[in-house]
Amino acid sequence: MLQEAALTETKTETHPVTGADLLLRALEKENVEVIFGYPGGAVLPLYDKLYHSKILHVLPRHEQGGIHAAEGYARISGKPGVVIATSGPGATNIVTGLADAMMDSLPLIVFTGQVATGVIGSDAFQEADILGITTPITKYNYQVRSIEDIPRIIKEAFYIASTGRPGPVLIDIPKDIAAGVSDQPEEEKEVNLPGYQPTLKPNYLQIRKLTEAVSRSKKPVILAGAGVLHGRASKELKEYAEQQQVPVIHTLLGLGGFPADHPLFIGMAGMHGCYTANMGLTECDLLINIGARFDDRLTGNLQHFAPHATVAHIDIDPAEIGKNVPTSIPIVADAKEALEQLILQDGKPPAHKEWMETILRWQEEYPYFYDKESGRLKPQKVMEMLHSKTEGNAIVVTDVGQHQMWAAQYYRFNKADRWVTSGGLGTMGFGFPASIGAQLADPEACVLAICGDGGFQMSTQELAIIQEMNLPVKIIIFNNMALGMVRQWQEIFYESRFSHSKIPVQPSFVKLAEAYGIKGYVIQSEEEAEELLDEVLHNREPVLIDFRVDPDENVYPMIAPGKGLHEMAGVKP
Amino acid sequence: MKRVICLTVMNRPGVLNRITNLFSKRNFNIESISVGLSEHEGMSRITCVVHVEDSSASEQITKQLNKQIDVIKVTDITDQSIVARELALIKVQAVPYTRNEIYSLIEPFRASVIDVSKDSMTVQITGESDKVEAFIELIKPYGIKELARTGTTAFPRGTQRTSQQSKSYSIV
Repeated sequence: MLQEAALTETKTETHPVTGADLLLRALEKENVEVIFGYPGGAVLPLYDKLYHSKILHVLPRHEQGGIHAAEGYARISGKPGVVIATSGPGATNIVTGLADAMMDSLPLIVFTGQVATGVIGSDAFQEADILGITTPITKYNYQVRSIEDIPRIIKEAFYIASTGRPGPVLIDIPKDIAAGVSDQPEEEKEVNLPGYQPTLKPNYLQIRKLTEAVSRSKKPVILAGAGVLHGRASKELKEYAEQQQVPVIHTLLGLGGFPADHPLFIGMAGMHGCYTANMGLTECDLLINIGARFDDRLTGNLQHFAPHATVAHIDIDPAEIGKNVPTSIPIVADAKEALEQLILQDGKPPAHKEWMETILRWQEEYPYFYDKESGRLKPQKVMEMLHSKTEGNAIVVTDVGQHQMWAAQYYRFNKADRWVTSGGLGTMGFGFPASIGAQLADPEACVLAICGDGGFQMSTQELAIIQEMNLPVKIIIFNNMALGMVRQWQEIFYESRFSHSKIPVQPSFVKLAEAYGIKGYVIQSEEEAEELLDEVLHNREPVLIDFRVDPDENVYPMIAPGKGLHEMAGVKP
Repeated sequence: MKRVICLTVMNRPGVLNRITNLFSKRNFNIESISVGLSEHEGMSRITCVVHVEDSSASEQITKQLNKQIDVIKVTDITDQSIVARELALIKVQAVPYTRNEIYSLIEPFRASVIDVSKDSMTVQITGESDKVEAFIELIKPYGIKELARTGTTAFPRGTQRTSQQSKSYSIV
């Protein structure tokens, strides 16, 4: 008897394990700290194992909130955000978040439950073909067909999501696979994906070509996108720009990659970008794109985009090079590695005194502006106050619309990874839950969740997480009683027919916050704002502030659809 | 313009769905696609014939295909010296007195009859798309009851003629 007992003792290592056990082991091996998940029938075996797990589990009140939170977490921490949703409706509820993460290159690992393998295809209860649904909006997706594959698939998934151009990876796990038992889990192997080998090192000849082009150039600019942030290359970008004295323009998603207070910083370009940045792109003779994808909101009408420029494009994704803008110096590489090589070249800086003077003159003549004497609470003023009172150190998370553009224009980012916004997909309802993920990724930071009154109402239910975990997120609502950006377009392009864009009947956001045990305030004037922000921005408590901003305010400058970057409207008061 | 693109892909579930999905997602027009096993175990070969507006569009197709995790290699072989074939099965109406006529068409095309019934016969033809096309046109007047085509499958010839530039986008 004793001998037998001893035998089983030593054998614990090879005890049969369930699929769920293997999954959790793999997550621990990947150092996952937090999971955003929502239980349901098909993931019960997994949740049973999570009951004893040390990994922090955050329960959103809607799966979409969970995946947006994971996106915020991924953007700030640089690590993949992990999400669990059950089969069917749980899985379909995360579709928007996947599309958003795919567009903005955010690494996510998403587990969905699936009905048991025996009934797949029979329209079983809570069955959805999530693989079919998500193929175009994931970097890759898997359905686990055998328990033994789980360790390999998860290892591959983390590798795919976080290397190269990051993106979301979905793993669909049938219930019987999660519950099933295996006594021979696959041995640990190196990731072997012959079809996936991202190019990180730049081609030397192209680096030489770019270096020479910079030296010859009279009007060079750098356009820095989110690739600089994903590649953790902001230090190298600064060094390179300073070495070559080339001015830097940011895309919306790239903000923070280069310090806003730096004399070489021009500003954000695009539909609501600053005059100098848009004119810089139009007039330049050399455009060095580092990790931006020439999105239509950035380029405006492509026929008028950078008409005089030699275009160099550094991107880790070869398919982005030449997709929208013909490129003469293509460099497929990681932003950091490419910049390191460019710095090593130590090329002769361009003779561009006149160009720098032109830029300075534009900057002085055409800064962002708003009416400071109106007596109304201007959203731009609120952004300026938020910036000065947080000394530019807060993590700013926004939803989508006018407030997003004002945040991009008036919050001057001096550090990388302080900015979370939905750029490519433009997902309303993204901002508030993403702020929760951002706060979890950086618990000490002051996180501002900047939302409109419309977008906030798409994810108010996540106030429950703030309450439950007492997260000190500062919820800032720019309340103009309207879907502001839609209203602005209707004013400009549809002769002020405000079709369904005004929402004058609203809940009391203060009472809504109070219902979740969160302090709420309504602010109508600058003086009130001044006083309240001093009080609430520096404590460690959550707060919701309903700023009643001027409902007629529009975002300027603006480039109408179909126009070129030089055809901005509203560049001067 | 018409491009012939060859792909080597991992033989994994859903891989064909990924490829066709990509074509519709990126708004590319696909004329034909043929899939089958390749010389490597665990890998399949896909031949796509696509219509694109210009060379930058065909470059974009090959780059997007290359980005797929399951895709090992993509080559646009249009400008190379290639062998390209497709197979068609044609069931044509054939009463006894038209049979001989149809046989006389079959012979120069080196097609073959693989089934005959009371009022029809089934012809198998192999060749480049143009040849198949021409044969179908000729046989149409007799009345085609059923038609099935495989789509083109192709690869580069063993020896490339030096006069022709070979072009491949798979390196980037």
